[in-house]
Amino acid sequence: MKKPILIFVALICAMLGLVRSTLAESQFSDLAIYSQTLPNGMRLLVKEDHRSPTVAHMVWYNVGSMDEVDGHSGLAHALEHMMFKGTPKLGPGQFSKQVAAAGGRDNAFTSLDYTAYFQQIPKEKLGEMMALEADRMRHLTVDPKEFAQEIKVVMEERRMRTDDNPQATLFEQLNAVAFQAHPYRRPIIGWMNDLEAMTAADAKRWYQDWYIPNNATLVVVGDVNPAEVFKLAQKTYGALKPRVLPERRQQHEPEQRGVRRLEVSAPAELPVLVMAYKAPSLRKPAEETTPYVLKMLAAILNGHEAARLNQQLVREQGLAVSTGADYDMTSRGPALFYLYGSPSQGKTVEALEAALREQIKQIQESGVTEEELKRAKAQLLASEIFKLDSVFGQAMEIGMLESAGLSWRDQPTLLAGLQAVTADAIQAQAKALFSDASLTVGVLCPTSAAKPPARRPSSPVRH
Amino acid sequence: MSLKTIGYPLNSWLLIAVSLLTLFTPLANAAAPIQHWVTPSGTPVYFAETKGLPIVDVRVDFNAGSAQDPVGQSGLAALTHTLLDLGAGSDDEASIARKFADLGAQLGGSVEMDRASISLRSLSASDKLPPAMALLRQILSAPHFDAKVLERERQRSMAELKDALTRPEVQANRAFWLTVYGDHPYGRQMDEASLTALTRDEVVTFFRQHYTRNNAVITLVGDLDRAHAEKLTGKLSEVLAPADLASVASIPEVSIAAGKTVQIEHSASQAHILLGLPTIPRGHADFFPLLVGNYTLGGGGFVSRLMQEVREKRGFAYSVYSYVAPMRQAGPFQIGLQTKRDQAADALKLTRSVLESFVAEGPSDKELAAAKANLVGGFPLRLDSNKKLLENVAVIGYYGLPLDWLDTYQAKISKVSRDEIRQAFKRHIRGENLNTVIVGGGE
Repeated sequence: MKKPILIFVALICAMLGLVRSTLAESQFSDLAIYSQTLPNGMRLLVKEDHRSPTVAHMVWYNVGSMDEVDGHSGLAHALEHMMFKGTPKLGPGQFSKQVAAAGGRDNAFTSLDYTAYFQQIPKEKLGEMMALEADRMRHLTVDPKEFAQEIKVVMEERRMRTDDNPQATLFEQLNAVAFQAHPYRRPIIGWMNDLEAMTAADAKRWYQDWYIPNNATLVVVGDVNPAEVFKLAQKTYGALKPRVLPERRQQHEPEQRGVRRLEVSAPAELPVLVMAYKAPSLRKPAEETTPYVLKMLAAILNGHEAARLNQQLVREQGLAVSTGADYDMTSRGPALFYLYGSPSQGKTVEALEAALREQIKQIQESGVTEEELKRAKAQLLASEIFKLDSVFGQAMEIGMLESAGLSWRDQPTLLAGLQAVTADAIQAQAKALFSDASLTVGVLCPTSAAKPPARRPSSPVRH
Repeated sequence: MSLKTIGYPLNSWLLIAVSLLTLFTPLANAAAPIQHWVTPSGTPVYFAETKGLPIVDVRVDFNAGSAQDPVGQSGLAALTHTLLDLGAGSDDEASIARKFADLGAQLGGSVEMDRASISLRSLSASDKLPPAMALLRQILSAPHFDAKVLERERQRSMAELKDALTRPEVQANRAFWLTVYGDHPYGRQMDEASLTALTRDEVVTFFRQHYTRNNAVITLVGDLDRAHAEKLTGKLSEVLAPADLASVASIPEVSIAAGKTVQIEHSASQAHILLGLPTIPRGHADFFPLLVGNYTLGGGGFVSRLMQEVREKRGFAYSVYSYVAPMRQAGPFQIGLQTKRDQAADALKLTRSVLESFVAEGPSDKELAAAKANLVGGFPLRLDSNKKLLENVAVIGYYGLPLDWLDTYQAKISKVSRDEIRQAFKRHIRGENLNTVIVGGGE
């Protein structure tokens, strides 16, 4: 059991140059992460935060939609829905009832990389939650009738999230074009046709393959005593037997050789332009520098209202209604560096693309200023402190790092890596990254059928 | 922006419902009692000191929400609010944004119907908080309302409005407020005509009339002591103009009319359905019976009757919820769902029958016990961050709820009886006043 978080906070404080007295040891001595691994291979991570008598309890399975195969897209997410449908001990829906009775809130989410389940609860209910979660890690009932009902809910979810959402549709299609071999090309929610074909047996197999303690990480953050949490975990999760995990085949994306372009026509008024460049994600935090450089570049382009893109494209040139840049360095698979925006009325998507390219060219040729870099770092450091305000947010951060194949121990390394980024490195990476060879351009083209009906709704047709 | 994660029941509609519920159930940490005073310049302050993190959150709520928009000038409150930090005092918009960023401070804000809010999150360090507060004073006292910037923001709002109006959920929401509130200020909405007509003079006048020291409430939460809090809020209050409260419209009472059904065509694959009517203002005696009852009906997430019947048993919808959102005047009760267009009629029929039987019978003893267990037991979760505490204290301050609201909250929940719930629902959720909005689907 170590206390690296103390080092982490101390590091931030040193960087911030905060007055020592405002960050007395006593305020932070209780913020620490403790780790253990159960004999069955399940990893346990516990972080103390004693500000309120609440706890975030999460179980992260190291399986996401990227582990699916063609024809079975959406399976990881569909199983996530089925996890609320009961065990021999607990009828359908009873799980959430028990959480609610404990004064808690529960939920779950599926990503490309992972599937996670959580409860936010008053601290005295933690043991009860762990028993419930351990029960459904091993004993889930996948009843065909329940499945048939629940897959309809998932289809409604797809309609709401994607089919009736032009921007979400654009991103779904963009991923499908940017990636040809890597499973990131498939949508997390699944293609509608795959949802229609999916069976309870598929879900059951997925569950048996992946829902095992040696593929799970427990994250507990809140008003807890770590030693007691470990004891509870041994009693609940510790009783489950490990199994051999299925083979995971590496599916590397072949090198892209030239611009890919796609259009999505959908009911809307504003066109949307997305330019996505292939970019590396973080693998070896202590050795690599590129992901940190790209993260700081994104901050300089888009970190505040007067950052480059908004200031120049929206405010000064009046070219765009909105614009931005985005890059997430933590993921199991490859990353994309996004530039995006919507053109102002009378301006074209082509003009916006040219302007975004010009922004990149300026950085390639002239770099960024020390002032911009210093500002981005100041924002980063403050946000590291602000993040500690949310108990749930702290649990999320730990779980996401672990799910990306990194470790909670890397937190200070990541922060140091970001702080070490230089203006020269940003210019060099801008030259290396932004090449048409790895670019995918997606455009949302509003259809004229999108015209809204008369603003005033028709008069009452029924009483 | 990329769709990287999808949650099980979380979606925009539910998030809206949840955020309204948060407003609906203000609470404060027993460990952080609310202190209240009025600054020498006359602005009420609500303050909760919290230890543990070197953060200070400040929030100023002005009685300058969209319900203050004069007739024909819908969008004025929103545009005024947007322009506050786009040039003020000796700084232009870029300079203000850069200064906040250099301090690591985060400026936020929102415009609701009842209030316009500006919030600042800053580190509490002595080289961070004072300059961040100075910037906040600057934007609240000396905004430029530069004509060119105003024009640009008008064009942006216009583009975003036109795009939003193509979306079924936006159309449904607008139709809901219009249908439920009619000509009442809560029913007014910005449209292309009103946005086009707004002038700089109107913005300047709106600011002078509404962003004043007596038309504001300051909320402060975080790592500072009372003396420091008094000093900061005193200085903030002092720079605001004195009030001419005669020019601030009081929001009229809501009259409740016969319910209507509004159907709007849309090509979306799902129909969006909203049902509702005006209910109670903040501070109403039926608050707790409605809160506890609504938990069972549609506020309690997966365990609610609506979720059980509409989603779990029939697979009609991904999200279905109900909420009651008290406002300065009678705020709405709303049920919302979205479903495949060809089953809209069936889903609506089922939803109505769940509502009708709940209004007629109220919760069972078991349901009532479950509702209380969650609402009472889950109390600490509503307050376990500075951010949550800030929002709750701000509601208490702005709406003048008793300072012991938090201390008595659990006891008040515990006391609610089945009969009180039945009576409150019968009084406020009357079938003949219920409005229905359906966007998409079709007969």
